[in-house]
Amino acid sequence: MSVGLLTLIILGLAAAGFLLGRQRALSAVKGDARALHSLPSFYGWSVFLFTAVPALLVMVAWLFLQPTLLETRITNTLPAAETATSSTDLVMADVRRLADGLDVLVAREGLDTAAVAALAADLPALSDRMAGVGVAFGADLDPAIFNAAIAYRDLGASLTGMMTIAALIVAAGGFLFALMRVHPEQRARNLVEQFIVVLLIASSLIAVATTFGIIASLVVESWHFFRIYPASEFFFSTTWNPQFRGGSDLGLWPLVWGTIYVSFIALVVAAPIGLMAAIYLSEYASPKVRATAKPLLEILAGIPSIVYGLFALVTVGPILRDWLAMPLGLGNSSSSVMTAGLVMGIMLIPYVSSLSDDIINAVPQAMRDGSFGLGATQSETVKRVVLPAALPGIVGAVLLAASRAIGETMIVVMGAGAAAKLSVNPFEAMTTVTVKIVSQLTGDTEFASPETLVAFALGLTLFCFTLGLNVLALVIVRKYREQYE
Amino acid sequence: MNDMRIAERTVSTNTAKITARGVQVYYGENHALKDVDIDILSGTVTAFIGPSGCGKSTFLRCLNRMNDTVASARVLGEIKLDGEDIYDKRVDPVTLRARVGMVFQKPNPFPKSIYDNVAYGPKIHGLTRNKTELDEVVETSLRKAALWNEVKDRLTAPGTGLSGGQQQRLCIARAIATSPEVLLMDEPCSALDPIATAQVEELIDELRSQFSVVIVTHSMQQAARVSQRTAFFHLGNLVEYGETGQIFTNPRDPRTESYITGRIG
Ligand SMILES: Nc1ncnc2c1ncn2[C@@H]1O[C@H](COP(=O)(O)OP(=O)(O)O)[C@@H](O)[C@H]1O
Ligand SMILES: [Mg+2]
Repeated sequence: MSVGLLTLIILGLAAAGFLLGRQRALSAVKGDARALHSLPSFYGWSVFLFTAVPALLVMVAWLFLQPTLLETRITNTLPAAETATSSTDLVMADVRRLADGLDVLVAREGLDTAAVAALAADLPALSDRMAGVGVAFGADLDPAIFNAAIAYRDLGASLTGMMTIAALIVAAGGFLFALMRVHPEQRARNLVEQFIVVLLIASSLIAVATTFGIIASLVVESWHFFRIYPASEFFFSTTWNPQFRGGSDLGLWPLVWGTIYVSFIALVVAAPIGLMAAIYLSEYASPKVRATAKPLLEILAGIPSIVYGLFALVTVGPILRDWLAMPLGLGNSSSSVMTAGLVMGIMLIPYVSSLSDDIINAVPQAMRDGSFGLGATQSETVKRVVLPAALPGIVGAVLLAASRAIGETMIVVMGAGAAAKLSVNPFEAMTTVTVKIVSQLTGDTEFASPETLVAFALGLTLFCFTLGLNVLALVIVRKYREQYE
Repeated sequence: MNDMRIAERTVSTNTAKITARGVQVYYGENHALKDVDIDILSGTVTAFIGPSGCGKSTFLRCLNRMNDTVASARVLGEIKLDGEDIYDKRVDPVTLRARVGMVFQKPNPFPKSIYDNVAYGPKIHGLTRNKTELDEVVETSLRKAALWNEVKDRLTAPGTGLSGGQQQRLCIARAIATSPEVLLMDEPCSALDPIATAQVEELIDELRSQFSVVIVTHSMQQAARVSQRTAFFHLGNLVEYGETGQIFTNPRDPRTESYITGRIG
């Protein structure tokens, strides 16, 4: 039975449980809902939850464990000769692909078990048929692999069958248990509400746990990296020159420098323009202008960064090269830090302006009234009262924009290129940490060399960077919040 | 009733500082203030009383054109300060507000130091030539607001760190630092405790020697304690205006009497 169908059956049973639970509660008091402890639907929900949730949990846990179980069991049955010549992982990958291919064949041609077993007679023909359903094998099919695939399918099918039975038993058990417990005095409402609290806690735990999981994997892989590559080289060398034959220079600084340089230019563009736009919108614009201009600015924030990257590649880069870099003798590359910085700055304008606008709006009207009441003009009020009051929040907004700039990849690849360089000339191509993370991981290299593992060390560095900025921004913003309370 | 008022004014030694004639205020379609005529005397504390929403604040805000900052508000009629129409096109509302200071219901010190709060007006209007003069203005304003002794050792501390009553006196000091001729106060004590209220009331009485003070208040006792003149507003109309003693002991309009005796409110 497929997982989808099983889920439907469990939910159907739970829905029936809802109706029956409600019905049972009502009939216990002869239809007078006032005599019940809770509203009738809470009794229904309690049956629903007891039926569906444990069964679905069993199912999910089973689905998580099944592949591991299947893998170990089948690996153990493989003949020693198979695993001697090539790695177990590769053999198992073939087994899995063959099993999947057989599934497709069975579904397409309606073969029965005997017919599948008969396929063993002519393995080359099977190989061709497999290619027909999109599963290609390089060498000829090995009978051992075929047998393993058959065993794989059989064991998988029986495990799935066991899961179905287990889930259905749990669902039915929960159904009966909860239905029997329905009773006019039962605190069904409290039960359902407690259950919802547990659900909310679980959801937030998932978010937190994922964060920790990501950090842990970064840390572990970085640790692997530092075992095979000296940390002093990584942190203090000023050359970045990965060689895929080994002997690479993996110095962090050219990348950090590129990141800082590009982000700096982006902020020099975005912070003043965004802030001034925010001041106009919140202090000067009439409600009508504001109602149209603000959404328009926010549309700018919705443009995917790859589109900005195209803009950098085909428009801004060549223009800067032809009109600034070449006449000034500063280089002839159309990829440059300046290009990426400018375009990224444009991307960040709505980010800064919309956050700052909210912050400026949060400055109480009483502050402005106080200033106007003393005979200050609008611009004096903005300059001397509103902006100083909003300043910490604005700094927070700019720092948040900075951490976005640091994490941006697409615009840098297309605008600034991928050459790691330590230079102060803004018209030279440079690159950033994120771009190098991508380029170190693309390609067919083994996942154990310093050249690929460095990506994790870079990721960890970047993470520490942006985490620091975000914490700083949050601290500043929080301090600002306290000011008027 | 109008005749009475004119008779009273002629016996008074004070001259009219502000004269308002036929003032109407609309907020969009809402006719919030209807045909108000009033003369506010110099050297006098004038109290505006009346039930909530009757237009007291609205009228007060007409006197320094703070209603200009409300997009939907429209003011008709004539208001003269020392004989000069303040709604005339040539009058800059910004300079007007330096002459007609305002203190708000809720203390609203700027999130700056105590010193900078008081120095704000003089700085933007360029009233002083140097730092020494500015220091002097700050000190005299804080003294007049009866706050100097409490804050003289912490002028650089933030104004928002003071107690409610101190904050309100700081706002008064801030308003008088621009040496206005008229001081408008919109329920200046409604956010204060009784002790702070008493301090501010005492202060208002002292300020009378230099400014015309107009105070909106919800408390009739307060109006009786601090003002010489009282105006009673009801549903956007100025119902009665006269000597405070007379309004409270011998109101001429039945609506005033009902309000004072607590029957409408
Ligand atoms: N900013 C505003 N926008 C629209 N209507 C307002 C505004 N301020 C006051 N009003 C209206 O004007 C009327 C008078 O209000 P207000 O002058 O504040 O009364 P008071 O100060 O006597 O309690 C009320 O009906 C109020 O709803
Ligand atoms: Mg009011």
